[in-house]
Formats: sequence, structure tokens, C-alpha cells
Amino acid sequence: MEDLQYVILKKERVHDFISTLSKIQKLVAPVSKGYNNFAFEEVSSGSEIALKYIPTILPLKKFFMPQRETLLEFKIAKGTHAEPVVEYEPMTIFGAHTCDLAGVQCLNMVFSERPKDYNYLTRKNKITLIGLECNEYCDEYASCHLVNASFPSGGYDLFFTDLGDYFIVHVNTQTGDEIVDTTESFEKADTSHIKELKRLRDTKSKIFSNEVSIERRYMPELFDMSFRARVWKALEERCLSCGNCTNVCPTCYCFDIRDELELNLKRGVRYRVWDSCQLEPFARVAGGINFRKERSARQRHRYYRKFRYPVDRFSRFFCTGCGRCTRTCMAGISLKETLNELIKESEDRVWKKWL
Amino acid sequence: MEKVAIKDSSYRLKKAKILQTKKLTANEKFFEIALMDGERLDYEPGQFIMVSLLGIGEVPISVCSSPAKRDSFDLCIRAVGKVTRSLHKLKAGDVIGIRGPYGKGFPVRILEGNDLLIIAGGLGIAPLRSLIQYVLDNRRDFGKVHILFGCKEPKDMLFSDELEYWNERTDLHYACTVDRADPDWAGNVGVITTLMPGVDIEPSRTFAAVVGPPIMYNFVIKELIAKGIPERQILLSFERNMKCGNGKCGRCQIQNLYVCQDGPVFHYEQIKNLNEAF
Ligand SMILES: Cc1cc2nc3c(=O)[nH]c(=O)nc-3n(C[C@H](O)[C@H](O)[C@H](O)COP(=O)(O)OP(=O)(O)OC[C@H]3O[C@@H](n4cnc5c(N)ncnc54)[C@H](O)[C@@H]3O)c2cc1C
Ligand code: SF4
Ligand code: FES
Repeated sequence: MEDLQYVILKKERVHDFISTLSKIQKLVAPVSKGYNNFAFEEVSSGSEIALKYIPTILPLKKFFMPQRETLLEFKIAKGTHAEPVVEYEPMTIFGAHTCDLAGVQCLNMVFSERPKDYNYLTRKNKITLIGLECNEYCDEYASCHLVNASFPSGGYDLFFTDLGDYFIVHVNTQTGDEIVDTTESFEKADTSHIKELKRLRDTKSKIFSNEVSIERRYMPELFDMSFRARVWKALEERCLSCGNCTNVCPTCYCFDIRDELELNLKRGVRYRVWDSCQLEPFARVAGGINFRKERSARQRHRYYRKFRYPVDRFSRFFCTGCGRCTRTCMAGISLKETLNELIKESEDRVWKKWL
Repeated sequence: MEKVAIKDSSYRLKKAKILQTKKLTANEKFFEIALMDGERLDYEPGQFIMVSLLGIGEVPISVCSSPAKRDSFDLCIRAVGKVTRSLHKLKAGDVIGIRGPYGKGFPVRILEGNDLLIIAGGLGIAPLRSLIQYVLDNRRDFGKVHILFGCKEPKDMLFSDELEYWNERTDLHYACTVDRADPDWAGNVGVITTLMPGVDIEPSRTFAAVVGPPIMYNFVIKELIAKGIPERQILLSFERNMKCGNGKCGRCQIQNLYVCQDGPVFHYEQIKNLNEAF
């Protein structure tokens, strides 16, 4: 650990820091919405922020890939002239947990893969990210360790870890460094602070362990043998096809593109909106054929898009272990339970050799 | 929220003018189109473009002409819904928006020097017409060429003048069939596989290019394999719901493949084990 990269922020200076930060550009942070619900919202003072929070209702994708986003603006009168546009808003996000940082990393990969999506990339470059470490599990739905997202691994400008009387802050980028300079709230970290951080991380490695009984590296293989598992049929009976799980997922990025005319029929926009592979018409084509007609096929698709397909394409899981899909599902479908059932189902076949 | 113009948007449209249209059948219409502003569409047989009507929407459509025809290109569009029905109302001189081309078409360089067995069902003739025209433009570069075409009824036959012309050419073998005849029909009756025993091929040097409705694939592929054509040499084009063409929106995904980028043309070996393919 390079000492230069670490600074500390004393707890009594946090409020100063937040209000200064909020004056630089729009600042969003986790805010309590009651009943153990939280949301990332604009704040201007430290007192508005919930420093201890479980994953927000919607993940950070709402800033990186807004629920509705204009792609083209056009005037019908001018023949067929359409102007491509990008909507963006410079902002700082404070308090992102490692699972949510992982979610942004996934989206970054998708939209910077060729053909690149400059709407996303333009917006992404205007967002400053400040992470916040989880010293312990948020709740029993999390499975961040399984997917390697329980400890920080990049994807932030600054990263805060709560060490009691102060935060130790990892400065990861030039942008982060500038924040440290302009807010003037930080002090140099010395070796004792770094030691404290190391001690916390050691404690953490005892708290965090694989949330389902499988080693991470065997996950792709588990899915390779599970395409025809009975588990999917069981989900068929329960899933309501509401699409809540994909809406709240930090790495679900499927979208629809639609046109909208103003009432005068003279101007209009083409926009994209979040869509969901859980909805029945998603894979339907002309003539009524539907390539994922059954809810079991659609649920299976969701899990394979988290644990199998991206492993080939991006060498990582597209599940961040945040637990949002489980918390939100009205039918009580649990990601950890599904994985455990897949493991159990394949156990009597070949799984045993690995245990 | 700020909103600014963006030069390199994936959704930028090129303007294109309709040069002529022609009703082919009750549901299908032919369009000859040229890009405006001095631009040209640079595509391969089997690729598709996104066709836009502002305020209505955007749909993927195969280019159905040969790339050798440089100044304009052709589309053949079946009216099935919102956008395609509106496109049918357009006439020569009207302007539409285009983006693309997208996807992987037929691997024409690899096909050169081999025999071709081209099998089209219904609207599948559209992307295959691009390949057929390309082959005829460069006829010397290919071995034997067989074209089999099937549709439901004689009145559904697309490009009938051209079919006649293919039939008359001595450098290719052409046969067609209809599922149900009408009183004027003197040709073959039966599903497309009934034409297959009549084709004499040398399987090891034959590539089959098949485009048609999903149901057709199962039967035709079985026959092709029975004839001994290697799985790698069977080419298929898939239709999926598509919104972006850029491998992002997720609509066209078959397991880990995106039809808009990895296809729409696949060789059978690549997709035969994919559960959601057929
Ligand atoms: C690679 C590719 C090449 C194609 N080439 C041609 C072609 O050359 N000629 C041609 O006539 N058609 C072609 N199609 C099909 C054409 O894109 C659809 O018929 C069209 O998108 C339907 O849009 P719509 O607005 O008219 O219908 P809608 O009102 O949107 O829907 C009518 C029905 O079509 C389904 N549908 C919606 N969008 C699509 C879609 N993108 N693809 C398939 N079904 C859809 C809907 O679920 C509904 O059942 C191609 C499709 C693909 C994927
Ligand atoms: S939230 Fe639950 S019920 Fe709704 S689509 Fe997802 S898994 Fe099905
Ligand atoms: S059409 Fe959007 S991913 Fe293929």
C-alpha cells in the first residue's frame, strides 16, 4: 500500500466536506426513504445522507443509463432530418458500495465494447464516483463475496472506509486528488492509519465468505450443466413476469427504442427506455413466434445473463451480489436459493467430485 | 440535465430517397432506394439495415440487392405491423432514414470456388436475392449453383420476373414449389424438401444457404445433413426482434450470441446446440 494514495477525513469534518462537495457540482448520496428503503438522491448537507444503508431501491444505473433517454430529436416538417443528442448531467456520487461500483464497471464494459455507445460514454465521463466500504454485510440477501465484489477493486475516484473516528480514503484518480485538494478537509494518512485499514480488511475476510456453497471458479461449469435443470421449471410456477428484478438489477441494461410525437405532430423524439427480458413480448417476432415463451425460459435467461454468458464475453459475472432482485421480488424468488438449488440438483450428477 | 448534439451517436440516421416502389404481392412491396448527400451503402449479401420512419419507428430489413449495384439498393418489405405498414404507404421521392449495414452476411469469399445450394422459403428470398445477384454478377468465381424456392401459394411468389430469368439461365439450376396450387399452376406442389432429392450435389464441395421461416429450418437441415453436407457448410439466417443493431439492447440474443452482431447469418455448427435457436 502506497501511503501517498491514502488520506484521512476526521468524522467531525464530514459535514464540511459534504457541503463543500455539493457546491462543486450536483451531489447525490444514499438517503433514507423510511421502512429500511434507501435511494440515491441529490443532497447538499451531510445530515441528509444515510451512511449506513442497505442497497438503494434503484442502483446507480439510473444515472449512467437513465430509465428514459432521448437519442434523436426531429422535426417532421423538415423532411426526415433528425439530430442525434446526448443527455448528461455532471455529478458526484458519494457513498457507492463495492457491489454498485462493480455494477457500473459491468455497464462500462458493455457500452464501450464496439460498436461503442457514445451516449453512455459521454454521460459516464461526467460522473465522479466516491465509494464507501461495507465493513459487514448489509443484510442476508447479499452475495457479493461469491461474485468478487465484497472488497474494493477500482471503479472509483475516491474510496472511503469507516475506521471509527475517521474515514481512511483511497485516492485512485486525478479527479479524486483534485477533490481532496479543493475541499481542504483531508489530512495525510500515516502508517498507523494504514495498519488500521489492514486490520479491518483482515476482520472482513473472516466475515465475508461465499454465500452459497460453491467456489467462484466453478460457477460457469455449474451453469454449463444446468440448462435443463428442474429449478427453472419450479420458477415458472412462481414468477409473475413483472420485470421488477431486472429493473432493480445494477447490470441489466436491455432497452427498447420508441418514437414519440408532440401533440402538434410537428416535432418528436426517439428515445430508449429500460426493457426487461422477463416480459412476455421481449423475444417475440412477427408471426407470433416467441423464442422465450415460457417464464422458466425467461428466468433461466436472466440467470445465464448474470453467471454464464458474460463470463465468455467479459470474463466476469454480471451479478454484483447486491441482493436487490431478491429483496424486490413479489413472488419471493431468491437468487441465493436458486443457486443453492442448482448446486443441489447437480450434486447427484457430477458435482461431488469437487467437494 | 444538459442536452447537446452528438456526432458519433450509434443512432444517427442517413437520409435516403425512394427511387421506385413496386407491389410484389398483396403483402410485400419492393423499394429501390439511394442514400442522399452523395453517400453509398457499403454492404455484403445477407447484411441488414435499420429503416426509420420518424415518429413511427425503426425496423431491421435485409438488403436484397447485389452490392455490385453501387448507386442504389433494394428492399423487399412485408407489411406486418406499425412500421412496415407505414412504409408500404410511401412512394418514389419520399425520404426515409437508414442506419447500418449491420451484422455478418454470407461469407462470399469463402463460398467462392464452391458449389452453392440456395434454399429460400417465402420472404427468405429477400436476403438470398442479394446473394444470388452477387453470384450472378461474379458467376465465374463459383461452381455449380442450385436455387430452390418455395412459398405457400402461387400468388405469394416474390420477384416472379426474376425467377423466370433464373429459370432460363443455363448456368444455374432453378426449381420452385408451392404448398398449395391454384388452377393456373403447372409446377411442383409440396413443401420445399420435396425438391431436394432432385438436386445432384457433391456434398464436400457444396455450401448450402438457407433462409426461411423457423419451421422450415428443422426439415431442410435434416435433409442437407442426410445428403452429406458438412455442418459448417450449412448457412442460415435468423430473424429476431431487434431494436439497436449494436449488440446492446438484448432483444436479439440467442443464449450468448447476438443475432444483430454475431449473425444474422450463422453456420449450422455454430448454433446447432443452442437451445433457443430454433
Ligand atoms: C435481420 C432481419 C432481417 C429482416 N429482413 C426483412 C426483410 O427483408 N423484409 C421484411 O419484410 N422483414 C424483414 N425482417 C422482419 C421485420 O424486421 C419485421 O417484420 C418488422 O420489424 C416488424 O415491425 P412492424 O413495426 O411493422 O411490426 P410491429 O407492429 O412492431 O409488430 C408486428 C409483429 O412483429 C413482431 N416484431 C416486432 N419487431 C420485430 C422485429 N424487429 N423482427 C421481427 N418481428 C418483430 C411483433 O412482436 C409483432 O408480433 C427482418 C428482421 C430481421 C431481424
Ligand atoms: S421480480 Fe420476481 S416475480 Fe417479478 S419478474 Fe422478477 S423474479 Fe419474476
Ligand atoms: S438488436 Fe439490440 S442487441 Fe441485437
